[in-house]
Amino acid sequence: MIEEESGYRGKAEEFLQAFKKGAEFTHDLLRENERLRYRVLELENSMSGSSGGAGADQALITRIKELEQEKQDILDRIRKVEDENEDFANRYIEIEAENNNLANLYIASYQLHSTLDFKEVLQIIMEIVINLIGAEEFSLMLLDEKTGDLRAVACEGLEREDIPPIKLGSGLIGQTLQSGESYFAEDIETYKRDLLSPMVCVPLKIKDHVIGVLAIYKLLIQKEKFAQVDYELFTLLAGHAATAIFGARLYSDSERRLSTIQGFIDLLTK
Amino acid sequence: MADFNILIVEDSPTMRQLISFALKRIRGVRIVEAGDGVDGLKKVSAEKFDMIFTDINMPVMDGLKLISLVREDATHKGIPIVVITTEGAQEDRQRALALGADDYITKPIQPNRILEVAKQLLKIV
Repeated sequence: MIEEESGYRGKAEEFLQAFKKGAEFTHDLLRENERLRYRVLELENSMSGSSGGAGADQALITRIKELEQEKQDILDRIRKVEDENEDFANRYIEIEAENNNLANLYIASYQLHSTLDFKEVLQIIMEIVINLIGAEEFSLMLLDEKTGDLRAVACEGLEREDIPPIKLGSGLIGQTLQSGESYFAEDIETYKRDLLSPMVCVPLKIKDHVIGVLAIYKLLIQKEKFAQVDYELFTLLAGHAATAIFGARLYSDSERRLSTIQGFIDLLTK
Repeated sequence: MADFNILIVEDSPTMRQLISFALKRIRGVRIVEAGDGVDGLKKVSAEKFDMIFTDINMPVMDGLKLISLVREDATHKGIPIVVITTEGAQEDRQRALALGADDYITKPIQPNRILEVAKQLLKIV
Protein backbone atom coordinates (compact mmCIF):
# COMPACT_ATOMS: atom_id res chain seq x y z
CA MET A 1 0.00 0.00 0.00
CA ILE A 2 2.73 2.30 1.00
CA GLU A 3 4.62 1.54 -2.23
CA GLU A 4 1.45 2.11 -4.18
CA GLU A 5 0.93 5.44 -2.42
CA SER A 6 4.52 6.57 -3.13
CA GLY A 7 4.06 5.59 -6.79
CA TYR A 8 0.99 7.80 -7.04
CA ARG A 9 2.83 10.67 -5.36
CA GLY A 10 5.72 10.32 -7.85
CA LYS A 11 3.33 10.40 -10.78
CA ALA A 12 1.48 13.39 -9.32
CA GLU A 13 4.78 15.08 -8.86
CA GLU A 14 5.73 14.37 -12.44
CA PHE A 15 2.34 15.54 -13.62
CA LEU A 16 2.68 18.72 -11.60
CA GLN A 17 6.12 19.31 -13.02
CA ALA A 18 4.86 18.71 -16.52
CA PHE A 19 1.91 21.01 -15.83
CA LYS A 20 4.23 23.72 -14.51
CA LYS A 21 6.42 23.41 -17.59
CA GLY A 22 3.32 23.58 -19.73
CA ALA A 23 2.19 26.68 -17.87
CA GLU A 24 5.62 28.27 -18.22
CA PHE A 25 5.64 27.44 -21.93
CA THR A 26 2.18 28.97 -22.30
CA HIS A 27 3.40 32.11 -20.49
CA ASP A 28 6.40 32.26 -22.78
CA LEU A 29 4.16 31.91 -25.82
CA LEU A 30 1.86 34.62 -24.51
CA ARG A 31 4.84 36.95 -23.86
CA GLU A 32 6.23 36.22 -27.32
CA ASN A 33 2.82 36.83 -28.81
CA GLU A 34 2.56 40.12 -26.96
CA ARG A 35 6.06 41.11 -28.04
CA LEU A 36 5.32 40.28 -31.65
CA ARG A 37 2.04 42.16 -31.58
CA TYR A 38 3.88 45.13 -30.12
CA ARG A 39 6.45 44.86 -32.87
CA VAL A 40 3.74 44.66 -35.50
CA LEU A 41 2.19 47.80 -34.03
CA GLU A 42 5.58 49.52 -34.11
CA LEU A 43 6.10 48.57 -37.73
CA GLU A 44 2.61 49.71 -38.63
CA ASN A 45 3.24 53.00 -36.88
CA SER A 46 6.60 53.48 -38.54
CA MET A 47 5.05 52.65 -41.90
CA SER A 48 2.21 55.07 -41.40
CA GLY A 49 4.76 57.67 -40.16
CA SER A 50 6.91 57.32 -43.23
CA SER A 51 3.92 57.67 -45.58
CA GLY A 52 2.88 61.03 -43.73
CA GLY A 53 6.40 62.55 -44.28
CA ALA A 54 6.17 62.09 -48.02
CA GLY A 55 2.83 63.92 -47.97
CA ALA A 56 4.37 66.79 -46.01
CA ASP A 57 7.25 66.98 -48.47
CA GLN A 58 4.80 67.15 -51.34
CA ALA A 59 2.93 69.97 -49.59
CA LEU A 60 6.17 71.82 -49.03
CA ILE A 61 7.20 71.43 -52.67
CA THR A 62 3.81 72.78 -53.77
CA ARG A 63 4.17 75.75 -51.38
CA ILE A 64 7.68 76.49 -52.66
CA LYS A 65 6.35 76.49 -56.22
CA GLU A 66 3.56 78.86 -55.22
CA LEU A 67 6.01 81.18 -53.50
CA GLU A 68 8.35 81.10 -56.49
CA GLN A 69 5.42 82.01 -58.72
CA GLU A 70 4.50 84.84 -56.35
CA LYS A 71 8.12 86.00 -56.37
CA GLN A 72 8.14 85.96 -60.17
CA ASP A 73 4.87 87.91 -60.23
CA ILE A 74 6.32 90.50 -57.83
CA LEU A 75 9.50 90.77 -59.92
CA ASP A 76 7.39 91.23 -63.04
CA ARG A 77 5.38 93.94 -61.30
CA ILE A 78 8.57 95.65 -60.08
CA ARG A 79 9.93 95.58 -63.63
CA LYS A 80 6.66 97.01 -64.91
CA VAL A 81 6.68 99.75 -62.25
CA GLU A 82 10.32 100.53 -63.08
CA ASP A 83 9.43 100.80 -66.77
CA GLU A 84 6.50 103.06 -65.87
CA ASN A 85 8.81 105.16 -63.67
CA GLU A 86 11.25 105.54 -66.54
CA ASP A 87 8.40 106.54 -68.82
CA PHE A 88 7.20 109.07 -66.24
CA ALA A 89 10.74 110.44 -65.81
CA ASN A 90 11.13 110.83 -69.58
CA ARG A 91 7.68 112.37 -69.82
CA TYR A 92 8.55 114.75 -66.96
CA ILE A 93 11.68 115.88 -68.82
CA GLU A 94 9.64 116.38 -71.99
CA ILE A 95 6.98 118.35 -70.12
CA GLU A 96 9.65 120.47 -68.42
CA ALA A 97 11.20 121.25 -71.80
CA GLU A 98 7.76 122.01 -73.21
CA ASN A 99 7.05 124.21 -70.19
CA ASN A 100 10.29 126.12 -70.81
CA ASN A 101 9.44 126.58 -74.45
CA LEU A 102 5.95 127.77 -73.62
CA ALA A 103 7.36 130.19 -71.02
CA ASN A 104 9.66 131.68 -73.65
CA LEU A 105 6.85 131.93 -76.19
CA TYR A 106 4.41 133.36 -73.66
CA ILE A 107 6.87 136.02 -72.52
CA ALA A 108 7.85 136.93 -76.07
CA SER A 109 4.18 137.29 -77.02
CA TYR A 110 3.33 139.17 -73.82
CA GLN A 111 6.17 141.63 -74.30
CA LEU A 112 5.43 142.20 -78.00
CA HIS A 113 1.90 143.27 -77.20
CA SER A 114 2.75 145.20 -74.03
CA THR A 115 3.20 148.53 -75.77
CA LEU A 116 1.93 150.62 -78.69
CA ASP A 117 5.11 152.65 -78.91
CA PHE A 118 6.89 151.85 -82.20
CA LYS A 119 10.42 152.24 -80.79
CA GLU A 120 9.58 150.11 -77.79
CA VAL A 121 8.16 147.39 -80.05
CA LEU A 122 11.42 147.38 -82.04
CA GLN A 123 13.40 147.23 -78.79
CA ILE A 124 11.36 144.27 -77.57
CA ILE A 125 11.89 142.40 -80.85
CA MET A 126 15.64 143.02 -80.46
CA GLU A 127 15.55 141.74 -76.87
CA ILE A 128 13.72 138.59 -77.91
CA VAL A 129 16.18 137.88 -80.69
CA ILE A 130 19.19 138.46 -78.40
CA ASN A 131 17.97 136.93 -75.15
CA LEU A 132 15.64 134.17 -76.22
CA ILE A 133 17.11 133.13 -79.56
CA GLY A 134 20.74 134.02 -78.87
CA ALA A 135 21.67 136.09 -81.94
CA GLU A 136 24.66 138.42 -81.83
CA GLU A 137 24.41 140.12 -85.22
CA PHE A 138 21.10 140.74 -86.91
CA SER A 139 18.95 143.38 -88.53
CA LEU A 140 15.27 144.14 -88.61
CA MET A 141 14.18 145.45 -91.98
CA LEU A 142 10.79 146.95 -92.79
CA LEU A 143 9.14 147.56 -96.12
CA ASP A 144 9.05 151.18 -97.17
CA GLU A 145 5.58 151.49 -98.73
CA LYS A 146 6.60 154.53 -100.82
CA THR A 147 9.75 153.09 -102.43
CA GLY A 148 8.87 149.39 -102.13
CA ASP A 149 12.34 148.71 -100.64
CA LEU A 150 13.28 146.94 -97.46
CA ARG A 151 15.21 149.20 -95.08
CA ALA A 152 16.94 148.37 -91.82
CA VAL A 153 15.16 150.01 -88.87
CA ALA A 154 17.09 148.31 -86.08
CA CYS A 155 20.40 146.42 -85.86
CA GLU A 156 22.51 144.58 -83.32
CA GLY A 157 26.23 144.06 -83.81
CA LEU A 158 26.07 145.88 -87.17
CA GLU A 159 25.93 149.46 -88.38
CA ARG A 160 22.55 150.34 -89.86
CA GLU A 161 24.25 152.32 -92.63
CA ASP A 162 26.15 149.21 -93.72
CA ILE A 163 22.96 147.41 -94.62
CA PRO A 164 21.83 148.36 -98.10
CA PRO A 165 18.15 148.78 -99.05
CA ILE A 166 16.81 145.63 -100.67
CA LYS A 167 14.36 145.47 -103.52
CA LEU A 168 11.48 143.01 -103.65
CA GLY A 169 12.72 139.68 -105.04
CA SER A 170 16.36 140.76 -104.97
CA GLY A 171 18.74 138.29 -103.35
CA LEU A 172 17.87 136.05 -100.44
CA ILE A 173 16.26 138.80 -98.35
CA GLY A 174 14.23 140.15 -101.28
CA GLN A 175 13.06 136.62 -102.12
CA THR A 176 11.98 136.06 -98.52
CA LEU A 177 9.99 139.29 -98.71
CA GLN A 178 8.40 138.11 -101.93
CA SER A 179 7.68 134.50 -100.99
CA GLY A 180 6.84 135.00 -97.32
CA GLU A 181 8.76 131.80 -96.53
CA SER A 182 11.45 131.59 -93.84
CA TYR A 183 14.99 130.66 -94.85
CA PHE A 184 17.51 128.79 -92.68
CA ALA A 185 21.08 128.12 -93.84
CA GLU A 186 21.76 124.41 -94.07
CA ASP A 187 24.98 124.53 -92.08
CA ILE A 188 25.23 127.42 -89.64
CA GLU A 189 28.69 126.32 -88.45
CA THR A 190 30.31 126.93 -91.82
CA TYR A 191 28.24 130.02 -92.63
CA LYS A 192 30.27 133.13 -93.56
CA ARG A 193 28.70 136.49 -92.88
CA ASP A 194 27.21 138.12 -95.94
CA LEU A 195 24.90 141.11 -95.46
CA LEU A 196 22.92 140.13 -98.54
CA SER A 197 22.69 136.48 -97.59
CA PRO A 198 21.94 135.94 -93.88
CA MET A 199 22.00 132.56 -92.11
CA VAL A 200 18.36 133.05 -91.11
CA CYS A 201 15.77 135.18 -92.83
CA VAL A 202 12.27 135.34 -91.33
CA PRO A 203 9.46 137.30 -92.96
CA LEU A 204 7.30 139.43 -90.67
CA LYS A 205 3.80 139.03 -92.00
CA ILE A 206 0.19 139.72 -91.21
CA LYS A 207 -1.68 136.87 -92.86
CA ASP A 208 -0.14 136.89 -96.37
CA HIS A 209 1.02 140.47 -96.29
CA VAL A 210 4.77 140.70 -95.58
CA ILE A 211 5.76 143.96 -93.87
CA GLY A 212 9.40 143.22 -93.18
CA VAL A 213 12.19 140.73 -92.60
CA LEU A 214 14.37 139.66 -89.69
CA ALA A 215 17.85 138.75 -90.93
CA ILE A 216 20.33 136.99 -88.62
CA TYR A 217 24.04 136.94 -89.46
CA LYS A 218 25.74 135.60 -86.33
CA LEU A 219 24.80 133.72 -83.18
CA LEU A 220 26.27 134.16 -79.70
CA ILE A 221 29.50 132.21 -79.16
CA GLN A 222 27.78 129.75 -76.82
CA LYS A 223 24.88 129.16 -79.20
CA GLU A 224 25.99 126.32 -81.43
CA LYS A 225 22.74 125.46 -83.18
CA PHE A 226 19.04 126.21 -83.20
CA ALA A 227 16.72 124.33 -80.87
CA GLN A 228 13.11 123.44 -81.59
CA VAL A 229 11.94 126.39 -79.50
CA ASP A 230 13.94 128.75 -81.73
CA TYR A 231 11.92 127.73 -84.79
CA GLU A 232 8.75 128.25 -82.76
CA LEU A 233 10.03 131.67 -81.69
CA PHE A 234 10.75 132.52 -85.33
CA THR A 235 7.18 131.51 -86.21
CA LEU A 236 5.86 133.59 -83.33
CA LEU A 237 7.99 136.55 -84.35
CA ALA A 238 6.83 136.24 -87.95
CA GLY A 239 3.25 136.83 -86.87
CA HIS A 240 3.25 138.65 -83.55
CA ALA A 241 6.12 141.02 -84.27
CA ALA A 242 4.42 142.02 -87.52
CA THR A 243 1.08 142.76 -85.84
CA ALA A 244 2.84 144.58 -82.98
CA ILE A 245 4.79 146.75 -85.47
CA PHE A 246 1.68 147.35 -87.58
CA GLY A 247 -0.41 148.23 -84.49
CA ALA A 248 2.26 150.58 -83.13
CA ARG A 249 2.56 152.31 -86.52
CA LEU A 250 -1.20 152.76 -86.76
CA TYR A 251 -1.32 154.08 -83.22
CA SER A 252 1.51 156.57 -83.76
CA ASP A 253 -0.13 157.69 -87.04
CA SER A 254 -3.49 158.18 -85.34
CA GLU A 255 -1.78 159.99 -82.45
CA ARG A 256 -0.04 162.29 -84.91
CA ARG A 257 -3.29 162.96 -86.78
CA LEU A 258 -5.13 163.51 -83.53
CA SER A 259 -2.46 165.96 -82.46
CA THR A 260 -2.75 167.79 -85.80
CA ILE A 261 -6.55 167.92 -85.57
CA GLN A 262 -6.29 169.07 -81.97
CA GLY A 263 -3.93 171.82 -83.13
CA PHE A 264 -6.45 172.97 -85.74
CA ILE A 265 -9.29 172.90 -83.20
CA ASP A 266 -7.18 174.90 -80.76
CA LEU A 267 -6.42 177.44 -83.49
CA LEU A 268 -10.08 177.73 -84.45
CA THR A 269 -11.40 178.01 -80.93
CA LYS A 270 -8.87 180.53 -79.63
CA MET B 1 6.61 137.20 -45.01
CA ALA B 2 8.39 135.53 -47.93
CA ASP B 3 10.67 132.53 -47.44
CA PHE B 4 13.07 133.74 -50.12
CA ASN B 5 13.67 137.32 -51.20
CA ILE B 6 15.29 137.47 -54.63
CA LEU B 7 16.53 140.55 -56.51
CA ILE B 8 16.70 140.60 -60.32
CA VAL B 9 18.93 143.32 -61.77
CA GLU B 10 18.41 143.43 -65.54
CA ASP B 11 17.72 146.26 -67.97
CA SER B 12 15.62 144.13 -70.34
CA PRO B 13 11.98 143.82 -69.25
CA THR B 14 11.72 140.63 -71.31
CA MET B 15 14.56 139.03 -69.39
CA ARG B 16 13.25 140.28 -66.04
CA GLN B 17 9.91 138.70 -66.80
CA LEU B 18 11.49 135.43 -67.92
CA ILE B 19 13.74 135.16 -64.84
CA SER B 20 10.85 136.11 -62.57
CA PHE B 21 8.61 133.56 -64.30
CA ALA B 22 11.15 130.81 -63.62
CA LEU B 23 11.79 131.79 -60.00
CA LYS B 24 8.11 131.96 -59.13
CA ARG B 25 8.07 128.18 -59.20
CA ILE B 26 9.88 128.32 -55.84
CA ARG B 27 7.37 128.23 -53.02
CA GLY B 28 7.28 131.36 -50.87
CA VAL B 29 9.46 133.45 -53.14
CA ARG B 30 9.27 137.23 -53.41
CA ILE B 31 10.80 138.90 -56.45
CA VAL B 32 12.12 142.45 -56.54
CA GLU B 33 13.22 143.92 -59.88
CA ALA B 34 15.79 146.60 -60.69
CA GLY B 35 16.54 148.07 -64.13
CA ASP B 36 20.26 148.79 -63.66
CA GLY B 37 23.18 148.45 -61.23
CA VAL B 38 22.48 151.64 -59.30
CA ASP B 39 18.83 150.74 -58.81
CA GLY B 40 19.95 147.26 -57.76
CA LEU B 41 22.44 148.61 -55.23
CA LYS B 42 19.78 150.89 -53.72
CA LYS B 43 17.48 147.93 -53.28
CA VAL B 44 20.24 145.79 -51.75
CA SER B 45 20.89 148.58 -49.21
CA ALA B 46 17.20 148.92 -48.40
CA GLU B 47 16.36 145.32 -47.61
CA LYS B 48 17.82 141.88 -47.08
CA PHE B 49 17.98 139.52 -50.06
CA ASP B 50 18.59 135.79 -50.16
CA MET B 51 19.90 135.88 -53.72
CA ILE B 52 20.71 138.28 -56.56
CA PHE B 53 20.48 137.65 -60.31
CA THR B 54 22.27 140.27 -62.37
CA ASP B 55 23.04 141.02 -65.99
CA ILE B 56 26.49 142.38 -66.88
CA ASN B 57 25.81 144.88 -69.66
CA MET B 58 23.47 147.48 -68.22
CA PRO B 59 23.19 151.26 -68.39
CA VAL B 60 24.29 153.52 -65.51
CA MET B 61 26.16 150.78 -63.62
CA ASP B 62 27.08 147.37 -65.00
CA GLY B 63 26.71 144.03 -63.24
CA LEU B 64 30.42 143.57 -62.49
CA LYS B 65 30.56 146.89 -60.60
CA LEU B 66 27.42 145.91 -58.72
CA ILE B 67 28.95 142.57 -57.69
CA SER B 68 32.15 144.20 -56.43
CA LEU B 69 30.22 146.82 -54.42
CA VAL B 70 27.90 144.22 -52.90
CA ARG B 71 30.87 142.04 -51.94
CA GLU B 72 32.69 145.02 -50.39
CA ASP B 73 29.87 145.43 -47.88
CA ALA B 74 30.33 142.92 -45.06
CA THR B 75 26.59 142.66 -44.44
CA HIS B 76 25.98 141.38 -48.00
CA LYS B 77 29.02 139.17 -48.37
CA GLY B 78 27.08 135.94 -48.04
CA ILE B 79 24.34 136.69 -50.59
CA PRO B 80 24.60 134.29 -53.54
CA ILE B 81 25.00 136.24 -56.79
CA VAL B 82 24.24 134.74 -60.20
CA VAL B 83 25.30 136.44 -63.41
CA ILE B 84 23.06 136.11 -66.46
CA THR B 85 24.70 137.48 -69.58
CA THR B 86 25.23 137.21 -73.32
CA GLU B 87 29.01 137.16 -72.71
CA GLY B 88 29.89 133.52 -73.19
CA ALA B 89 33.68 133.78 -73.32
CA GLN B 90 35.64 131.96 -70.62
CA GLU B 91 37.47 135.13 -69.53
CA ASP B 92 34.15 136.93 -68.86
CA ARG B 93 33.02 134.03 -66.75
CA GLN B 94 36.28 133.97 -64.79
CA ARG B 95 36.17 137.73 -64.25
CA ALA B 96 32.66 137.54 -62.79
CA LEU B 97 33.51 134.58 -60.57
CA ALA B 98 36.71 136.31 -59.39
CA LEU B 99 34.68 139.36 -58.33
CA GLY B 100 32.49 137.17 -56.17
CA ALA B 101 29.70 135.78 -58.35
CA ASP B 102 28.57 132.30 -57.35
CA ASP B 103 27.36 131.13 -60.75
CA TYR B 104 27.31 132.25 -64.34
CA ILE B 105 24.50 131.61 -66.84
CA THR B 106 24.81 132.56 -70.49
CA LYS B 107 21.98 133.69 -72.75
CA PRO B 108 19.84 132.50 -74.40
CA ILE B 109 18.50 131.16 -71.15
CA GLN B 110 16.08 128.42 -70.32
CA PRO B 111 13.81 128.93 -67.27
CA ASN B 112 14.67 125.49 -65.86
CA ARG B 113 18.39 126.41 -65.75
CA ILE B 114 17.59 129.50 -63.65
CA LEU B 115 15.41 127.45 -61.35
CA GLU B 116 18.06 124.76 -61.00
CA VAL B 117 20.78 127.29 -60.04
CA ALA B 118 18.46 129.13 -57.64
CA LYS B 119 17.46 125.92 -55.86
CA GLN B 120 21.07 124.81 -55.60
CA LEU B 121 22.29 128.10 -54.10
CA LEU B 122 19.26 128.48 -51.80
CA LYS B 123 19.75 124.85 -50.76
CA ILE B 124 16.22 123.88 -51.65
CA VAL B 125 15.76 120.13 -52.03
